[in-house]
Amino acid sequence: MAVDGLSLHVDRGECFGLLGPNGAGKTTTIEILEGLLEPDAGEVEILGLTWKDHERELRQRIGVQLQETQLADKLTVEETLRLFRSFYHRGRTIDELLRIVELESKRRSWVGKLSGGQKQRLAVSCALAGDPDLLFMDEPTTGLDPQSRRQLWELLSRFRHEGGTILLTTHYMDEAETLCDRVAIVDHGKVIAEGAPRELIASLGAPRVVTHQGTLEDVFVSLTGRHLREE
Amino acid sequence: MKSDAIDRGGASHPLIELALARLREFAREPEAVFWAFIFPIIMSVTMAAAFPGSGAKPAVVGIEPGAGAAAIRATLASAPGITVRDIPAGDEGRALREGEVHLLVVPTEPPTYRFDPARDESRVARLLVDAALKQAAGRTDPWTAHEEPLQVAGSRYVDWLIPGIVGLTIMGTSMWGIGFSIVQSRMRKLLKRLVASPMRKSEYLVAQIGGRLVLLAPEAGVPLLFGVFVLGMPIRGSLVSLSIVCLVGALAFGSLGLLLASRARTFEAISGLMNFAMVPMWILSGVFFSSSNFPQAMQPAIQALPLTALIDALRSIVLEGAPLQSLTRELAVLAGWGVGGFGLALWMFRWR
Repeated sequence: MAVDGLSLHVDRGECFGLLGPNGAGKTTTIEILEGLLEPDAGEVEILGLTWKDHERELRQRIGVQLQETQLADKLTVEETLRLFRSFYHRGRTIDELLRIVELESKRRSWVGKLSGGQKQRLAVSCALAGDPDLLFMDEPTTGLDPQSRRQLWELLSRFRHEGGTILLTTHYMDEAETLCDRVAIVDHGKVIAEGAPRELIASLGAPRVVTHQGTLEDVFVSLTGRHLREE
Repeated sequence: MKSDAIDRGGASHPLIELALARLREFAREPEAVFWAFIFPIIMSVTMAAAFPGSGAKPAVVGIEPGAGAAAIRATLASAPGITVRDIPAGDEGRALREGEVHLLVVPTEPPTYRFDPARDESRVARLLVDAALKQAAGRTDPWTAHEEPLQVAGSRYVDWLIPGIVGLTIMGTSMWGIGFSIVQSRMRKLLKRLVASPMRKSEYLVAQIGGRLVLLAPEAGVPLLFGVFVLGMPIRGSLVSLSIVCLVGALAFGSLGLLLASRARTFEAISGLMNFAMVPMWILSGVFFSSSNFPQAMQPAIQALPLTALIDALRSIVLEGAPLQSLTRELAVLAGWGVGGFGLALWMFRWR
């Protein structure tokens, strides 16, 4: 069992991070929330709706980026966006979507020819196609170079400032500290700590952190005795 | 009211966008395009070369050495439809066994014919040789029949073959084209991403088949045009009927492609399934030789195969000019596979 008795609450307009090592159950959790996996037990309520009764409406109102998806190599950026945009009943135009993720100059390039950062921005753009209220991002910056990560962070920050809600998973401490209002630290399918990054770090108390400013990594180490990314 | 309010931001209906995406991916794969159009032509040319029209093949006869051999040779060499081949002494048995000659004449008095009566060519050779030798020996025939050689366009083997190859092409391109692209999308987790969007699953599946239908015209058209313009095959039925049968066939095989790809996760798995489904039809459905050669007990099963139905319908239209309403059985078989395959695929489909 990847996830067991995990309970979360995300407020509208906030950026919530699921933080934990690989194999902690982050992806399983987010896919249950996205309605892609059915939980054996428990309830999911999103925007006041349930997957069972309101799947069509929910799909229109959320945006999803999956960790492993590779978009079709031989379609252009614009064609890919048109495809995803066609599924939504409202939202931005193709041109706006291209502008938001700064891929206007690549609109006629094949997806297969894009850099990792550009591909990821396209994936985010596909997730934004329906002008969602809630955005799910599963490890959005894994494998990206520092500049691409920063670009993506700015993109997500802008979405939030326009009133969007974000739920993301990550195993990067700095990402969670930069983007998230609150985080839940997940290990072995359970939430072992939850709160604002600052609070969690402060709760460690001074003695543990002497050589540097405290980070979420320290929180994880103090709770589990392991490092987040040691495996 | 609600549908009026739909704003797709400049994109078309999802069915169109999905089908376009499918088409674009295919068109940007040069090898796929090449094989889809060239393969049927190569096959037609090869088969036409290997099986020329009936009556064109002479009976090949060998003569054993001995007294009188020269006279027999002279008689047979001038007889129509007979080719005399020189066989090195002692090699006659092998030549006959391996089909190098169809019949061996031993110059005894009267002559002895050595041949394998199980072989059609040998029996024909025996009749020709016998008639030629007896006529040379003074036999008079009571009359000579009027002959109407079957060299009319439309009755040759190649005319019979082309519709079979058209059927084979429709089956192959529909099933491979749909099966591989779906498995690829599943492996890339693109299917999973699509079902996380508001896309309707049935629309995705319909678009996969729809995208292929656009390619049907050139795929079925290339071998048909090759048959008509290069090999002189007549099309006796209406082109509308022909198009409808091709369309129904493509829908049926498209659905089967969806069904086979509905759960496969790797190219190895889908290749195995495709071959498992198609190889029996290559053999049983009468592409290269008539399926009536198979035992009576197998016929109900053979007639229920979609490729048999498609090829039978194509041949009826092309060779006999059959109207569509006489092909209800074939069309019903194809529609059954199409509807059943699609329904089952939609139900079984693995989106992850």
